[in-house]
Amino acid sequence: MSSFVLFTISGLGLAGLYFLLASGLSLIFGLMSVLNLAHGAFFAAGGYAAWFVMDSFDGVSPGLRFVIAVIAASLVGAAAGALVERGLIRKLYGRHTEQILLTIGLGTAAVALMGGWFTYDPRLLEQPRWFVDTTEIAGANIPNNRLLILAVAIVLFIALMTFLTRTKHGLIIRAGVENPSMVRALGIDVARSFTIVFALGGLLAGIGGALGAVFFNGISPALGTTQLIFAFIVVVIGGLGSIPGTALASVLVALTQVYVNNYGASGMGSISVVILLAAVLLIRPQGLLGRVQP
Amino acid sequence: MTAVSISSLEVHRGEAHVIHDVSFEVPEKGVTALLGRNGVGKTTTLLAIMGLLPATGSILVGGKEFVGMPTHRIAQTGVGYVPEDREVFSTLTVGENLRLAERSGVKPRYDLVFDLFPDLRGRTGQDAGTLSGGQQQMLSIGRALLNPASLLLIDEPTKGLAPRVVEDVVEALVKATADATVVLVEQNLWVAAQLAQKAVVLDQGMVVFAGDMETLANDPDLAGKHLGVEVR
Repeated sequence: MSSFVLFTISGLGLAGLYFLLASGLSLIFGLMSVLNLAHGAFFAAGGYAAWFVMDSFDGVSPGLRFVIAVIAASLVGAAAGALVERGLIRKLYGRHTEQILLTIGLGTAAVALMGGWFTYDPRLLEQPRWFVDTTEIAGANIPNNRLLILAVAIVLFIALMTFLTRTKHGLIIRAGVENPSMVRALGIDVARSFTIVFALGGLLAGIGGALGAVFFNGISPALGTTQLIFAFIVVVIGGLGSIPGTALASVLVALTQVYVNNYGASGMGSISVVILLAAVLLIRPQGLLGRVQP
Repeated sequence: MTAVSISSLEVHRGEAHVIHDVSFEVPEKGVTALLGRNGVGKTTTLLAIMGLLPATGSILVGGKEFVGMPTHRIAQTGVGYVPEDREVFSTLTVGENLRLAERSGVKPRYDLVFDLFPDLRGRTGQDAGTLSGGQQQMLSIGRALLNPASLLLIDEPTKGLAPRVVEDVVEALVKATADATVVLVEQNLWVAAQLAQKAVVLDQGMVVFAGDMETLANDPDLAGKHLGVEVR
């Protein structure tokens, strides 16, 4: 029982990371039809920003430093997202092949750049003592950092849903995901929302990178790219453009992976996720909470 | 006075050359029906006016050239658009659909919308995708009427609606268009005759008739020659 609780909470922590990476991808694809294969680079950039803060400000207490590290990661991710959209993607809307080639190249170049700068060895993130302590839940000793990642992901999910449902910008994004032409016909410049969505996606991925450096015990240049494949699976299972769908799919994918790895054959978790994807596509091609495209 | 002046309009949709050298004028304060059989380019003309399809030639509205202008700027000049298939945002509530149409610095006319379509008043919290076809059409029209419009483009407002709902929609449109400049695309000649004073008939992407609606509606030969429309 205690191992089940441990696996479940670890799985939910991993789901939180998938959600942070996948929610931006889902909104970007839903609103702009851009398959951003460089999104993993935002995750890694966030992780390195967090590592830099934790490594550089010795005089500040580890707890406060981590808060600053997460803020720095979010800002780096948001800035990277906005720059990529304004500087590169904006010129290529509607040109899907060029977008894919560009974002593959950008993702590959970012990994090489970070590898050249930080080396390819994982950089260990100093963690506040509380993070590595455990809390007993139903007989299982759960590392506090798993609980923290889960809590942050839940808070960000609620914040994102509040933004999308309670603000005019959120309304524009939701409507734009469904029908960008009609949004324009109402007098709204959807292109301005494109930058906001890229920045928002980058911000969430950046925070994901900071928390991922805690979850995976360090950050390396290709960590984001490695996780990106699972994020894409989450986006497709959840339904393009659906944030509740992304949250639900994150939990399903992460728990499937963790349970199969721990109760089945080790290493089979990733394969089981692909089988889950195939099953969802066969039964409900639009994803669990996605809309049928007209 | 002329509200809309279209001259030498050419529009392609993909490889197809849909609109050929079309020119016509729309008078201020009144309804001009754009008529014709299926596929002659009526909707394409409205999409070109709205900037949703690239075009060449000239579309002058209130002295402003719309060809080459982005769609959101065209809408900001005061153009309200009711698309052919309603295109309400199905995952947004009725209230959110209307709120999205609000413009900064312009007082939204919720009273007007709810007076015309009282059925919408009690449904502001309902997802638009769960509305009936008639209610979705009311929402689509209400969204276009929320701001004062210098020009309304209405594309087949009665398409696919039950006869009783058609009458409700027509009654609301008669009130809503009483003091507006409107370009109306309509397949149903009876509906067009109820609403329009002027008519422009397209055939194979070209204007074949431009004149009074009454003349067209009362001439079965003319109507039969150019329109594949229902006559009641």
